[in-house]
Formats: sequence, C-alpha cells, structure tokens
Amino acid sequence: MTTQQAAETGAIESPLVGGADPSTMNAGSIRLKSRRRLAAETILPPMVMGGIFISFWYLISYGVLDERRRFLLRPPHQVLKVGFLDWDNFSEILDGLVSSTKVAMIGLGISIMIGFFLATLMSQAKVVERAIFPFMVTLQAIPILAIVPLISFWWGTGQRSRVVVCIIISLFPIIVNTLFGLQSAERGMHDLFTLHQASRVTRLRKLMFPAALPAIFAGLRISAGLSVIGAIVGDFFFGLGDVGIGQLLRKYANNLWGEQLLAAVIMSSALGVTVFLIFGWIQNAAIGKWHDTSDSGI
Amino acid sequence: MTATTTTTTKALSFDGIGMTFPDGTEALRDVSFSVDRGEFVTVVGPSGCGKSTLLKIASGLLENTEGQVSVDRERIGYVFQDATLLHWRTIQRNVELFAELHGIGKEERRDLAKKAIDMVGLSGFENHYPKSLSGGMKMRASLARTLTLQPPVFLFDEPFGAVDEITREHLNEETQRLFQREGFAGLFITHSISEAVFMSTRVLVMSARPGRIVAEFEVPFEYPRKPGLRFDAAFAELSGQVSAELRGAHS
Ligand SMILES: Nc1ncnc2c1ncn2[C@@H]1O[C@H](COP(=O)(O)OP(=O)(O)OP(=O)(O)O)[C@@H](O)[C@H]1O
Ligand SMILES: [Mg+2]
Repeated sequence: MTTQQAAETGAIESPLVGGADPSTMNAGSIRLKSRRRLAAETILPPMVMGGIFISFWYLISYGVLDERRRFLLRPPHQVLKVGFLDWDNFSEILDGLVSSTKVAMIGLGISIMIGFFLATLMSQAKVVERAIFPFMVTLQAIPILAIVPLISFWWGTGQRSRVVVCIIISLFPIIVNTLFGLQSAERGMHDLFTLHQASRVTRLRKLMFPAALPAIFAGLRISAGLSVIGAIVGDFFFGLGDVGIGQLLRKYANNLWGEQLLAAVIMSSALGVTVFLIFGWIQNAAIGKWHDTSDSGI
Repeated sequence: MTATTTTTTKALSFDGIGMTFPDGTEALRDVSFSVDRGEFVTVVGPSGCGKSTLLKIASGLLENTEGQVSVDRERIGYVFQDATLLHWRTIQRNVELFAELHGIGKEERRDLAKKAIDMVGLSGFENHYPKSLSGGMKMRASLARTLTLQPPVFLFDEPFGAVDEITREHLNEETQRLFQREGFAGLFITHSISEAVFMSTRVLVMSARPGRIVAEFEVPFEYPRKPGLRFDAAFAELSGQVSAELRGAHS
C-alpha cells in the first residue's frame, strides 16, 4: 500500500472508529465551563459536614459536659490555642511526628523490599506460592499484642522494635497486591512472549512487572497508611530512645492534657492522610497516563 | 517438537495433524494442507471446531498429538483475536516489542516500527496509549507489531471479529494489500465468508469438532481486489458455494 492510500483509508477511518481523534477532544472545553460548579460541588459538602462536626463538638464540650468534666473533650478553640498555637507544645508534637514518620518510612521501605522479593519468588512457580503463602496469612493473623514480648526479647524496646512492628503490620498488603499484580497479565500477552522466546527475566521485566504496577500502587497506598499506624502502635509498646507521637499520646493522656492530646490525634491522622495522598500522587505520575484508575477502583 | 523443515519446500505444511487434549477432547483429526509464500489460505468453520488450535499448533504454542507440522518458527507472524497490546506502552513502543525481544537495536527497531505504523495507517498516533484507541485502531497496531518481523509465514486468528462491518472491510482491503506487498504465506481464520473470499487465494472449510478439512475452493480473482468485487456476481456465487459447504459442516 502506498502512503497516500494509507493516508486515505486512515482519513476515512478516523471518524468511524476514532475515539482518539484529536478533533473529538473538543469535548473538554464543555467540561471546562462547569468547572466552577464542580469545585463547589466537591468542596461544599465536606465544608458543611465539617461545620456540623465542629458545632456538635461545641455542643458536647459546653452543653453536655459540665465544668468539672470538660477535660474529657476540650472545645475546638482551646485545642487550637494550646495544642497548635503554643509553639512549645506544637513543636513537641511535630518532633514526635518526625520521629514516627522516620520509623514508618524505614518500616515501609523494608516491607517493600521483602514484599517485592517474596511476591516475585511466588510468581515464578505455583509450588513456591503454595509453600510460602500460608505462612504469610498466619503471620498476618497474629495479633500484634501477642508478639510484643517476643519482639522486645529479640530487638529490645527501642527504634528497632518499632520498625519491626511497622513491618509486620504493613507487609501483607504489599505481598498480596504485588503477587496479584504479577499474575494479572493476560494469557494472550504471555503467549506473545512465549512465541518470541523471551527469557524468564525479560518476561518479568517487560510484561509481569509493568502489568503489576496498578495493583502494586494500590498495595503501597494501603501499606503506607498502615506503616504510620504501625509506627504509632510500636511507640506505645516500645518507648526507648527517640520517641514518636505514640509516646506523646500516652503522656498527654496520663496527664489529662486534653488539648495537646487532641492536637496530637489530629496531627497523627493528618500524617496518615498526607502519606496516602503522596502515594496517590506518585501513582498518578507513574501510571496515570496509561491506566484508568477509576475503571478498576484502585 | 514435531516441526521439521527438511521434508518439504512449502512455507507451512500440515501433514495428518491430530489433536486430542489431555482431558480427552479431540479437537482436530487428520488435517493436511500446505500454504506457500504468495498464497493466502483462509479456514472457515463452525465455532469450536479447532481453528485456533490449528494456529497454536502451527506457531508452537501447542504441541499436536498426531502428524507433522513443518514451518520455520524463527520469525513467524501471529495475530490474535484480541489486539493484546501492552497497556503501559505507547503505540510506537508496542509496535517495537517484537524487534526488542529479538534483540534488535534501538535505532533500527524505531525505524522498523515507524514503517509498519505507516503501512497500517496509524501515523500520528505513535505516542498514544492503547486505552485511547478504538478497537479497529488497536487491531491495526497489532498488525503493525507483527509486520515489523517481516514474517515469511503470517497466521491470523479472527483478527477482525470484534470490529464493525465497515472497519472490517477497510482492514480486509489493507490486509490484502499487505499480502501483495510482502508476499508472505498467509493462513487466516474467520467466521465471515465474504472476508474469506475477498482476501484469499484459497478457502478451506472445516467440519464441526473434531475438525477436518471437508472442502476446498480456489479463488480466481486478480489482485489487487477492489472493494466493488464484493458486489460481483462471480463473488456472490463463490460465497454461496462456501456457505453451502459450511452449512453442511455444521451438522
Ligand atoms: N486446553 C484445552 N483443553 C481442552 N479442550 C480444549 C482446550 N483448548 C480448546 N479446547 C477445545 O477444543 C475445541 C477447539 O477449540 P478452538 O479454540 O480451536 O476452536 P475454534 O475453532 O477456534 O473456535 P472459535 O471459532 O469459537 O474460536 C473446543 O471444543 C475447545 O473447547
Ligand atoms: Mg478460535
């Protein structure tokens, strides 16, 4: 076929089958117009909900609790004043947060390495998967409280044990999602690689791993959140050394410092949300171009 | 593996092929025919009669339980019913895949891909991802990917089954041009009789399972075949004969 013929048939074809024809991209401008409304629709509901929440908070602080019992739930402006605007208090919370973040990231990093390694191993042969998987499920099922004594025997009561708790809590979703992802490449795609005599490593690198990325990111987002929880929980049990937000929570609770306690709770949850958002952003930057996140719900 | 290249000079030949799956399903029985370069053979047959199985055997994805296949599998072209494009690669990078797997250098495979993309009329879409392409365009990309191999033997497994009628006719015309230009040995599977007669030099009719070749038609029309051929009286007559045989094969 000549290039001209190709151009002709291409030109005839595009309007018929061309979902991707550049001319159809005009639809975007229609969407632009209602962008303001869309913003209002997405921002307004949570703001209203937040307003209701804060009113309810005041109602309980002043309406339900009498003066003597108000330490149970300090009103929002008090929390803001003592917990956030008093720099001594707030910087203590920030320091704790930084320390916990460090533990969470180290734990998550190690989880990712172990998780990728085990999932890759399991993806290579069903036998390996059958051998390892039950133990992963068992490990996952152990309540963390039950192995706290063991962890402290082996790793002491410092940062190392906090990291271990982090790993135990965040490992499973990474393994499961990565394995699921590695197994998600279609049969036909595997056939292509078989036809062209691709080696095991090539198949893994050029087919299975890229196909696994959406699932891997889904797992990472879950595990990142869990690693933050793991760091805080670890803090509760293992308080030696450079303590994190968990130890602060414990201290504030013991001293009935309600304002700081609530401020620390809010900042912990802010940390969790931030980590979740950061991984969502990385996911979007890495695979957003080719993967429809909304399609698969991950 | 039962493939040999010494016994015949034909590009692809089946000799007494039988296939019984481990679960006892007999898919093919005593299938013998061959396809040479410059021939375009189409197999039509009822659903489930073993057509895909035959192509899998030809390509080496499956091993036949009876008979001999002879074909050079080094650069065999095989287009599946699904486009099977890798979602994470642009069209350009998808079309480069086979050259990449065969260890061809960056520059060379980029040129190969560029040429193949031109041939199927997808120029301008090199940097698009598969998700933004229509079914027909994905199929063109899949064709282009196989064309980069310049395959001497080209297997097609109902590649246009999932696209609309008009697109299918366009793709038939293009496939026919590619065949003329590249001169490969083509083995094409389809459910569509008009598609079969339009493109082929020969049409084979397969029986219901276990699949056997029950009829063979030479298609006399000159290449290049014009779209108008589909309304020709001789075309209609030949299609009618194939159809009658196919109906017989169903029972
Ligand atoms: N791995 C397998 N194990 C057992 N039976 C199989 C296997 N693969 C295919 N079959 C059976 O072999 C028969 C032929 O299958 P095949 O896919 O070749 O049919 P086909 O002619 O391509 O059908 P269609 O037109 O629907 O694509 C079918 O009855 C199918 O169920
Ligand atoms: Mg089939």
